[in-house]
Amino acid sequence: MTRDTLLHPGLNLGAAHGTAHTRSEPVLFGFWVFLMSDLIIFGILFATYVAMRDGTAGGPGPHELFNLSSIAVQTGLLLLSSMTYGLASLQLKHGNGQRYRLVIWLIITAALGLAFLGFELADFHSMAQEGGVPSRSGWLSAYYALVGLHGLHITLGLLWIAVMLVQIRVLGLNGLVKTRLLMLGLYWHFLDLVWIGIFSIVFLAGVA
Amino acid sequence: MNELIFGRLEWSSFFIHEFIAEPSIDSAVAAGAGLAVVLGALALLGVLIRYRLWDRAWRDWLTSVDHKKIGIMYIVLALVMMARGVAEGVVMRAHQATALDGGVLSAEHFAQLFSTHGTIMILFVAMPLLIGLINYVVPLQIGARDMVFPVMNQVSLGLTTAAAALIMVSLVVGHFETGGWSAYPPYTGADFNPGVGPDYWIWAIVLSGIGTTLTGINFAVTIYKSRAPGMHFMRMPMFTWTALCTAIMIVYGMPPLTVGSLMLALDRYLDFHFFTNDLGGNMMNYANIFWMFGHPEVYIVVLPSFGVFSEISATYAAKRLYGYASLVFATMAIAAVSFTVWLHHFFTMGQSASVNIAFGIATMVIAVPTGVKIYDWMATLYRGRIRLTAPMIYMLGFFFLFVIGGLSGVIQANPTVDFQVHNTLFLVAHFHNVLIPGTLFGLLAGIHYWFPKAFGFRLDERLAKRGAWLWIIGFCFTFLPLYWLGLLGMPRRSASFSDPAFVPWMLVTLAGALTLLGAFFTMLQTGWVSVRDRARLAVPIGDPWDGRTLEWSVPAPPREWNFAATPRVHSRDAFAVEKEAGHPYQPAQRYTDIEMPKATSMGMVVGVAGTLMGFGLIWHIWWLAMVGLLGMLASMVARGLVIDTQHTLSAAELEQAHRDWLTQVASTRAVTRDEETTPGNRGLAAADVVP
Repeated sequence: MTRDTLLHPGLNLGAAHGTAHTRSEPVLFGFWVFLMSDLIIFGILFATYVAMRDGTAGGPGPHELFNLSSIAVQTGLLLLSSMTYGLASLQLKHGNGQRYRLVIWLIITAALGLAFLGFELADFHSMAQEGGVPSRSGWLSAYYALVGLHGLHITLGLLWIAVMLVQIRVLGLNGLVKTRLLMLGLYWHFLDLVWIGIFSIVFLAGVA
Repeated sequence: MNELIFGRLEWSSFFIHEFIAEPSIDSAVAAGAGLAVVLGALALLGVLIRYRLWDRAWRDWLTSVDHKKIGIMYIVLALVMMARGVAEGVVMRAHQATALDGGVLSAEHFAQLFSTHGTIMILFVAMPLLIGLINYVVPLQIGARDMVFPVMNQVSLGLTTAAAALIMVSLVVGHFETGGWSAYPPYTGADFNPGVGPDYWIWAIVLSGIGTTLTGINFAVTIYKSRAPGMHFMRMPMFTWTALCTAIMIVYGMPPLTVGSLMLALDRYLDFHFFTNDLGGNMMNYANIFWMFGHPEVYIVVLPSFGVFSEISATYAAKRLYGYASLVFATMAIAAVSFTVWLHHFFTMGQSASVNIAFGIATMVIAVPTGVKIYDWMATLYRGRIRLTAPMIYMLGFFFLFVIGGLSGVIQANPTVDFQVHNTLFLVAHFHNVLIPGTLFGLLAGIHYWFPKAFGFRLDERLAKRGAWLWIIGFCFTFLPLYWLGLLGMPRRSASFSDPAFVPWMLVTLAGALTLLGAFFTMLQTGWVSVRDRARLAVPIGDPWDGRTLEWSVPAPPREWNFAATPRVHSRDAFAVEKEAGHPYQPAQRYTDIEMPKATSMGMVVGVAGTLMGFGLIWHIWWLAMVGLLGMLASMVARGLVIDTQHTLSAAELEQAHRDWLTQVASTRAVTRDEETTPGNRGLAAADVVP
């Protein structure tokens, strides 16, 4: 076969990876379905956020609380981490089983994700200093639920990267590990996409 | 210190305390229910120890990842919960029969009864029943060896069981929620209900919601990716089609419930303000989110039944299913439109008339594909050689009663009518009228139909028929009078009423409820007698009803690997076509080694950890909640390091088993359809083709 058949949307391992290529097909498809289900969760929180936009109950609003320069940095960090994960995926596909560079890219991705989380928590902290806590108003509840859920996803993603680093070390780059790295990639890019929604609907629309 | 260890758990939280403090009929009923749970658990433990079944239960069932065993366990779970749900129904009817200016139970207790009854019947009876049936049947129908994610399947069962366990525990420790199965805030918020009731509801919903979502993903991926070669979408059995649409609806329909209940949890635990009266909260948003799940859910529980009716109408009429393509499109139409009607659950909430009518029209539209299906089934039966077996009696009851229920729904789809009957017993009559003849009759028919496949012997036909008639008659007496009571103006969920005109009807519905109790016991008796007489009822060859689809082409019960060699499919009703052509039961051209998933305790670990987490959260025992959560996470991380997940079965072993069975087929006497319910039926159908 001269050309690899695309077995699932997104980066495929390719026929050179043997059974890992074909075995990842139903698993990756299943993961896509899971992400669609997860997207419904975010969708409901987005809708709730928009519906509660005016529910500030006399408390602080977006203009007082949002720090756009910090948000810009967070956006940059997250987009960059998506790129570094992409490089990790390419290394996985074309690296002939070499682990070293793959691990480096994964660590860089995790570092960027950790930095994102640090900025986000710092924002939460400074918002709380100015009275912007979830118990203050319906709008703040919706804000913390939506942005917080994204942050929780990032946290779980970081945990997942750590688990994968252990698995690469213990199990080597076997078919299972490769499939899981493909799933983690979808997950990480998905969170990027959700962040773009948060960036536009929560932050840009909030201070516009 | 006590609070750190036991949270808000106290001695007075236990079920017996109230009865000792204030003996009354009301507290006796509550204490009796709690006692029943404790004694039931002890009896189960006793049986396991006395007959040394613990080892086998663990090895063959609890750690099994076989879709067939998981399916059976789901159905057992559903039947246990159904016993409680039916009992609660009868207690409620008994209470309301005495409720003119009073009643034997307290209003608080009555509210717990209708809340648990609803929650249990929808999420812990209907859902596990249909998930169990799909789990068992679909891989066999599509020629697969198991689900795509067998371990996740087990984890789903673990989570659902954990949730069911929490609901059972609520009878023993503390009390359940009192705001109905939909648990509307602000009533269920911390201001009005600071106790543990709503928390029991929330964590049961969250755990089972996650489990069910995973199940939906599993079903959808399995049906997409694991079909036997040649089984195109338009060759899939109708039951598989409905399972696919149900799975897709679960994937999109369950998250709103999980999110909605978690938002309620944030309000209750961390002082958020999503649904509170003050500080910008909006309780109407809860109604929206809940019914974004709630309405698709109605079709999630009814579509698999439609699938069952499609299968049994074709089999017991010995004809091809009429209008296969129209049934497929009707199923897909129902699945899609069901996401656009949720607002009809709260026409009276205050949105504008034009919003109401848009949803009203969508609601009426959904009756069209449902009507198409009814006509298709009737056309399938038309001029067929019908055998009036127990599943067909259920279908007969379904035809008459479901149409009445459906039409009463179309009436209420008109918002102006809905304003009149909203919150009355008319509505209660309507949804029982679609859920019992639609969902329950269909799933019971399916259980009777596939039981011989799963266990290798038929159910006793005489008792099964008696049970079916009792369900139908009991239903009519229990629920049809509620339409009239609703029109007389009796509100639903009334612990007490003052109009004596309701009393005669209440007595009629009580008699009906007792009949339903009889139907439930007849069902248990059917199982008991059938197990006792299993030698007489045995159908080891596996095709007792002259079935049409692949699941009937394997022995009963099927072997762990389902198919000795993956079947090749050339048409719809693959097995019927093979039989008509005169060459069923052929040895495979080639047998190959296969890999099957290994048993694991993952599902049990997640289930136990989930129960602990839920219990800790409900009673504010934070360390216990943390132990549960970390247990779940740790089990997942640990599972990731297991690589030895498959075991290999050799081609020789498969071939030997298959040839042994084919020898048995050759020496078995085939029976015609007329002899199907006689002891002569060993599960081999004679060539008996309708011209």
